[in-house]
Amino acid sequence: MTAAPAQSLEWKMPSTRKVAVISLILTESALFSVFLVAYLFYMGKSLNRPFPSEVLTFPVFATVALLSSSVTIVFSEMALHRGNKGAFHLWWAVTIALGAYFLWFTGTEWHHLIFTDRLTLATNVFGTTFYSLVGLHASHVIIGLFLLTLILVLSLLGKFPADHTEHIEMISWYWHFVDAIWIIVVTVVYIISVRY
Amino acid sequence: MNPETLDDNFQIPAPERIGQERGSLTRIVQEMVFTVDHKTLGLMYIASGLLFFVVSGLMAAMIRIQLSVPRNHFLDPDVFNRLFTMHGTAMVFLVGMPIIFGFANYLVPLMIGARDMAFPRLNAFGFWVFFFSGLLLYFSYLGAPGLYAAGSAPDVGWFAYSPLTAKAFSRGHSTDYWTLSLLLGGIGSIATSINIIVTALCLRCKGMLLVRMPLFVWMFLVVAFLVIIAMPPLSACQIMLILDRYCGAHFFDTQAGGSAVLWQHFFWIFGHPEVYILILPGFAVASEVIPVFSRKPIFGYPVMVAASVMIGFISLGVWAHHMFTVGMTSIGNTFFAISTLLVAIPTGIKIFNWIGTMYGGKLRFELPMLFCLGFLFQFLIAGLTGVMLAIAPFDWQLSDSYFVVAHFHYVLIGGLLYTIFAGLYYWYPKALGKMPDFKLGLWHFILFTAGFHLTFFPQHLSGFLGMPRRIYTYDAGRGWDLWNLISSIGVIFQAVGILFFVFNLIYSYVKGKKAGDDPWDAWSLEWSTTSPPPAYNFETIPEVRSRRPLWDLKHPDDPDWKYE
Amino acid sequence: MRPVADMFRPLSRPAEMIHSSSLLVLAITAGIFVVVSALLVFVVWKFRRKGPEDDLREPPQIYGSTHIELAWTVVPILITVVLILVTSRTIGEIQNRVMPENAVQIRLVGHQWWWEIHYEKEGIVTANELHVPLSRRDGTGERPTELILESADVIHSFWVPQLAGKTDLIPNRKNRTWIEPFVTGTFFGNCAEYCGTQHANMLLRVIVEEPEDYEKWVRKMRQPAAVPHADLAAQGHKAFFANSCINCHMVDGTVAAGVFGPSLTKLMTRQTIGAGVAPLTPETLRAWVRDPQKLKTGCLMPDMKLPDSEVDSITAYLLTLK
Repeated sequence: MTAAPAQSLEWKMPSTRKVAVISLILTESALFSVFLVAYLFYMGKSLNRPFPSEVLTFPVFATVALLSSSVTIVFSEMALHRGNKGAFHLWWAVTIALGAYFLWFTGTEWHHLIFTDRLTLATNVFGTTFYSLVGLHASHVIIGLFLLTLILVLSLLGKFPADHTEHIEMISWYWHFVDAIWIIVVTVVYIISVRY
Repeated sequence: MNPETLDDNFQIPAPERIGQERGSLTRIVQEMVFTVDHKTLGLMYIASGLLFFVVSGLMAAMIRIQLSVPRNHFLDPDVFNRLFTMHGTAMVFLVGMPIIFGFANYLVPLMIGARDMAFPRLNAFGFWVFFFSGLLLYFSYLGAPGLYAAGSAPDVGWFAYSPLTAKAFSRGHSTDYWTLSLLLGGIGSIATSINIIVTALCLRCKGMLLVRMPLFVWMFLVVAFLVIIAMPPLSACQIMLILDRYCGAHFFDTQAGGSAVLWQHFFWIFGHPEVYILILPGFAVASEVIPVFSRKPIFGYPVMVAASVMIGFISLGVWAHHMFTVGMTSIGNTFFAISTLLVAIPTGIKIFNWIGTMYGGKLRFELPMLFCLGFLFQFLIAGLTGVMLAIAPFDWQLSDSYFVVAHFHYVLIGGLLYTIFAGLYYWYPKALGKMPDFKLGLWHFILFTAGFHLTFFPQHLSGFLGMPRRIYTYDAGRGWDLWNLISSIGVIFQAVGILFFVFNLIYSYVKGKKAGDDPWDAWSLEWSTTSPPPAYNFETIPEVRSRRPLWDLKHPDDPDWKYE
Repeated sequence: MRPVADMFRPLSRPAEMIHSSSLLVLAITAGIFVVVSALLVFVVWKFRRKGPEDDLREPPQIYGSTHIELAWTVVPILITVVLILVTSRTIGEIQNRVMPENAVQIRLVGHQWWWEIHYEKEGIVTANELHVPLSRRDGTGERPTELILESADVIHSFWVPQLAGKTDLIPNRKNRTWIEPFVTGTFFGNCAEYCGTQHANMLLRVIVEEPEDYEKWVRKMRQPAAVPHADLAAQGHKAFFANSCINCHMVDGTVAAGVFGPSLTKLMTRQTIGAGVAPLTPETLRAWVRDPQKLKTGCLMPDMKLPDSEVDSITAYLLTLK
């Protein structure tokens, strides 16, 4: 009988949180794809006005704000790793502010669409797919903002344990995901579909 | 790790006076409501799945009574339509899904040498969301008529094609109950699946490399990935339907330029992977049971893993074979016929590998093995009728006929349910510490098998003779009378078989002989702990060196790790 | 009358084309079934536990074999390739068939739970029973029928197994299929997509006739409806136009032009009533006028609650529509 081969003492498994968040992002992507496909499928199939080309304008500032919030959240994380709490809070707050601006922009855009352009969910298939797709994304921004704010408040109150940096990382992953989705949404809705 | 699962004597602190003494009813209820233990939740999943199974089985029996003779007046058309809708929806979402999740919950941590699932509270959340989604669906019988007394339970069929679900054609709230129930159930399934993925990937005990994971865990890993990718389209469908019905949206509104076919695409992007979500757990059970009762390791483990992963991938690209009749272009039809036929390859490999496992073994025909052999034979038929349905031109004749009904019952009963029975008999001693009674189980096997084939084989033939599915009655003289009568008679045998099964579960628990830790002389980790396992599963977390850790222990002279 | 709609006795193209490729598929699957189940039975029998002495020693532990596994991967792949080739050819032949000039063109509109039938070129509107000419295959008069499929409400599906496979009738979409029967007779079909309460009683009959008979039928359908002179029928005529019947039903050549229910033009030439729920006889017709809900629960024609005298007279009037 031969002795069992010695196994190396190291036995490291991937982090449960990371795998869970990756799975969550996977399942969310599947959800977004369906609404995206619905939007693409109904492009140019509205029977009555308004059409995308008449009412949509490219949201320059909102897009820049949301995309740069992905950068500021990285700065924030880097500050945390250096142990610079002040810079962490500052960049984190900037991220929240940029996200909030994006949300505010969506609010005014929708207000304008509803009350000036008379486009609602029930107007035509463009309205149906537009509000559901952009609204789905906006709802994810809201969830992200809620999490970001929660972390900021807890951290400012000193109730956030120092060894929970992985939580911060996970929230930033989620935030990057929300941004990535926006790149696709903005391309489909404000660049491709305005030809119709 | 959660403190609850570590300490057997942990008491839920409040309210203090309720159910102190063990075994009292309040105590049991309290334990069920508060538990986050994967084993208790697993058993609760299986028990509620079996409960819904009996209820929707009785619904099927009523359907068969109505169809036993032509122009029968046993049921009104609306009642009949509700019955088949509820039967289908419940069997998929309230029977199949919870029972497979029950198996995953109970066994995945035990098989990989973990103390619990990765997120025990999320696990409890998943169960309760599923359970209430089930209650919500059945509550529609009482709640759906609403103020207008229109409709009762949903009657749109389990895939609820639009525009039949639009407000104009489905008044009252029955469709809303259906929609909300599925939306809720989907959330629960996704939560549980993320839990399974994380558990299998992150909580393996020392030495349990991915290539040493039991096939059972591998297949559930594939299932969980399929759920998290395929379930969101279903949820999206339901959200769109709610927006259509309540906010005036036009996703499926054909009057406003909407498309009725879009629902079918979205639904089947979920619906076809769902079939594999339901049958892969069947494969998982068979891949555990067949080797143990053949006394040989599984034949071609790497190929089995590869085939499961391949089935998972291909299943995401075959959905429109449910839609060969909607008038796709010849290119679309050809593409989906081809992708569907490709599934036959990995599935065929699996069947051959199971037979290869038995070849040269010493087969012990215990209850789990009997049901697995039934599974192999019946799944062979189901697979071959599936090949016929994949041939798009043949499908133009067969689709939506009773042939399809026969086909998917051979898949879901002949395939899935048989392996569920096999799994229940196989792990019964582990979970409850008592051996299931062989004689009662044998009667269950014989009666149920006879009834199953009597009921569903003739349906292939009535399908060939042009009988469409979902009709509440038919005229005499169209060649369907005899086959329907035989089909209905089969139900009696099935029902008696199920009675034997239920009785066996109870009888063996009370009177069965003690099982011991490892009654089947098996090789995976769950058999290394006591029966039933303690709350913390293992006294010390095991360490493994091969795919069959217990074989290594029992055969130190010829351990598996020598061949890896 | 061919009430047994056996898809393995096709009497028309494309059912015949489907039939020939399905026979090949059946042969292949039957072959696989025989081989694999024989193998299964053999293995189960040969390697069964023979007695307690078998429990003493475990059998040789075999973990796999690349050669064998390769073999049973390659064989299914080859079979799959054959099936793919057959499938694509048949799909192409059926779907890409070009209709000749003389093809009969019929627009079939699905309703909950009946079939609206339009012969646009001939100017005929009827319901639930298609009349099509025979197509001669000896080259003396090939005449297929093209069907344009639409729906007025939910999804239905056209299926007459001995003539053709299914094609769905979908709202806001135009589908096409075709038939080319070469035997006369009455063929039976059902709506094959669940469409609500009375899905079971949405039956379709296709009456295939000799070309001359078909032309005769077309001429007959185009004759205007005669105004009845007989006492009871004349009263019924009056009652029919005075009641709300004409909101839903049309009778060609009169002011009745409703489109929500089946056309009653030449009603008495049809074989059944209520889209096949019962044979059309004076008795069933009267029962239907009395209360359609009794014959076909849940159908969209309400119980009109007519007095007995009007039931009799309207029935008498409808009996003159032939």
